[in-house]
Amino acid sequence: MEQEARVGIERSAAIPPGVINLRGRRRFGERIVEAIVFICGAISIFTTTAIVIVLFQEAWLFFGSPEVDLTEFFGTTTWQPETGRFGIWSLMTSTLMTSIIALLVAVPLGLGAAIYLSEYASPTVRGYLKPILEVLAGVPTVVYGYFALTFVTPVILQGLLGRETVEIYNMLSAGLTMGIMILPLVASMSEDALSAVPRSLREGSYGLGATRLETSVRAVVPAALSGILAAVIVAMSRAVGETMIVALAAGAGPRFTFNPLQAAETMTGHIARISGGDISYASIQYTSIFAIALVLLFVTLLLNLLSGWVVRRFREVYE
Amino acid sequence: MSTTTNFDGRSTGYLPEGADINRNIATRRLRGKIWQTLFFSSLVIGSLALATLLYTIIDDSFGYIAVQTKIDPEELSDRPLEELSKEELIEILRANISAGLFRRFDRDEPFSERSKESVLQLVEERVIGREVAAAFKLTESLLERERIEATVRERFPRAELEFHSWINREFLTRPMSSVPFLAGVGNAILGSLWVIAITMLLVVPIGILGGVYLEEYASDTWYYRLIETNINNLAGVPSIIYGILGLAIFVRALEPITSGAAFGVTDSNGRTILSAGLTMALLVLPLMIINAREAIRAVPQSIRQASYGLGATRWQTVWHHVLPNALPGILTGTILSLSRAFGETAPLIVIGASTFIVSYPDSVFDKFTVIPIQIYNWTSQPGSQFRSIAAAAIIVLLVTLLLLNATAILLRNRFKRRY
Repeated sequence: MEQEARVGIERSAAIPPGVINLRGRRRFGERIVEAIVFICGAISIFTTTAIVIVLFQEAWLFFGSPEVDLTEFFGTTTWQPETGRFGIWSLMTSTLMTSIIALLVAVPLGLGAAIYLSEYASPTVRGYLKPILEVLAGVPTVVYGYFALTFVTPVILQGLLGRETVEIYNMLSAGLTMGIMILPLVASMSEDALSAVPRSLREGSYGLGATRLETSVRAVVPAALSGILAAVIVAMSRAVGETMIVALAAGAGPRFTFNPLQAAETMTGHIARISGGDISYASIQYTSIFAIALVLLFVTLLLNLLSGWVVRRFREVYE
Repeated sequence: MSTTTNFDGRSTGYLPEGADINRNIATRRLRGKIWQTLFFSSLVIGSLALATLLYTIIDDSFGYIAVQTKIDPEELSDRPLEELSKEELIEILRANISAGLFRRFDRDEPFSERSKESVLQLVEERVIGREVAAAFKLTESLLERERIEATVRERFPRAELEFHSWINREFLTRPMSSVPFLAGVGNAILGSLWVIAITMLLVVPIGILGGVYLEEYASDTWYYRLIETNINNLAGVPSIIYGILGLAIFVRALEPITSGAAFGVTDSNGRTILSAGLTMALLVLPLMIINAREAIRAVPQSIRQASYGLGATRWQTVWHHVLPNALPGILTGTILSLSRAFGETAPLIVIGASTFIVSYPDSVFDKFTVIPIQIYNWTSQPGSQFRSIAAAAIIVLLVTLLLLNATAILLRNRFKRRY
């Protein structure tokens, strides 16, 4: 080592001044690495482009076929590929029903849990309670689907409301279970927003004589409102795109109904059921799932963009 | 309506006086207590849901079963069947099944060439014919034993009652079967491992390098912002859309490659392990990049500056200093992405996981099934025994995920560094 260093010094000393090139040597290896690293980062662009191209291409074929026209697609409420009737609303309403039921469960519970964890719980209590939410968040959705079908429907819903009124497959059961599934998401996003509110705001509120509840609800929650709203919108997007719970528990047949105790297939459930069998690539059923997927992507993308916008637009900035 | 009990910050110009102050404070404190209980109860509801979920799974996976046989094994021979020779077993088989069926078995594989185990299996399946006549849940098995015994005696007089754990060694190793009692998740476990292996081989290097690009190489240009926004939005795309993408690209457009036709495999279509792994890779990649980024960002700037100060190039800095320091975080992120891939079901349904295959996968061009698909399939079948094996498969899945996450937490704590 030492010898090497000395050699280096001697050699550089031997070079007359003015000859040393202080400008960086061109390193091709670095260039190659830079290119590879850039490609790895940019692969995600490929995914997005592929999604868009594939969905539009097949949906184009679908809307181009003689059985379908756009006004029927967006204007009618019967989805029967066998008879050539494609009205997206029978799938859309059940997606909206299950998602709204899920939000009715997840938002109050998630927000309550977030306020408790961020404003009330001591660090020890928090250490015990937080993992419960993390476990709930880690359970695969197919397991929730099993839970909805084997427990929520027969034991809770049919137990309370009677077997005659509640169908075995129903939107309420799927929605309630989905609410439990999304609860941790709402709770953790809201909690992040709440704990980002500076301490001085709470201290100011206590200084004016407010109780803990008044401080949380009147000072902290309004200050974190943009984050909480974003959480609700992201939760909605998750609920709309969720597949396994609705595929198992909500029903296996499109139906235009607003009765949550009845069975009705959602957009995701329909895609899963239709593509699960061996369908022919030439059939209109095959292209129809791409049209549904396009609508689905559009809805979730809109919700995700909206949540980003809400955060930017309504964020209260503190130093 | 009394204004004293209705005090809130917005009521203008009113201040309680004298005894009203105490009443006012008492009301506000009471209200605080009530709401605190409500906030807490949302966590209680969450915990109750989790507890009920686990209870339902365990309730379904253990319990009494009434096993019925067509013939009592003791009637066939005075010795246990396992001790009989192959010839004696063949005689039993010949005596108890129709001649036509016997000839068919002989044609499929001559009895002279069959092993003793295979003949024994035939005797057990065809002659003895053990089947589950009724299955009971764990709770009723523990609490209402007498009632179960009475029911079984009355309805299945020849059946024997035994306590059965639906999750057992045979269940873990056997392939699928249309009879729940004989079904297992053996080939689903292998299928999961194959798919995850392909996914991880692709996602780990690409994800880490993608994270390196975003954190170390990119400058604030329009395409950097595009890539960043794009990755964040991709993480929010529903998983079933990835399934549709996989169906169109890997299963259909690239069928010659994913079915193995280009490599000389003939008996397959595009719905293979390779397609599943590639689809899953697209799904997990944004997650992996985001996790890798977090880990790389946590490496303090001073380490990079020291490295540059000694004349290292950018890649030398990344390779020798940033990545080794970010490794624990990257590992944790990898395990989290892996557990996401393990539990994901929807995209694999779309690209066409086979719900019924009995063979074990042995190449990437095989048809596949994975554990979550089996859970989905068995849950959607009618009949309580299918629920029981679905519950047993859920236990397998949850234990795997628990182990993965425990490893991630251990790694995080073991290698946590403070700068």
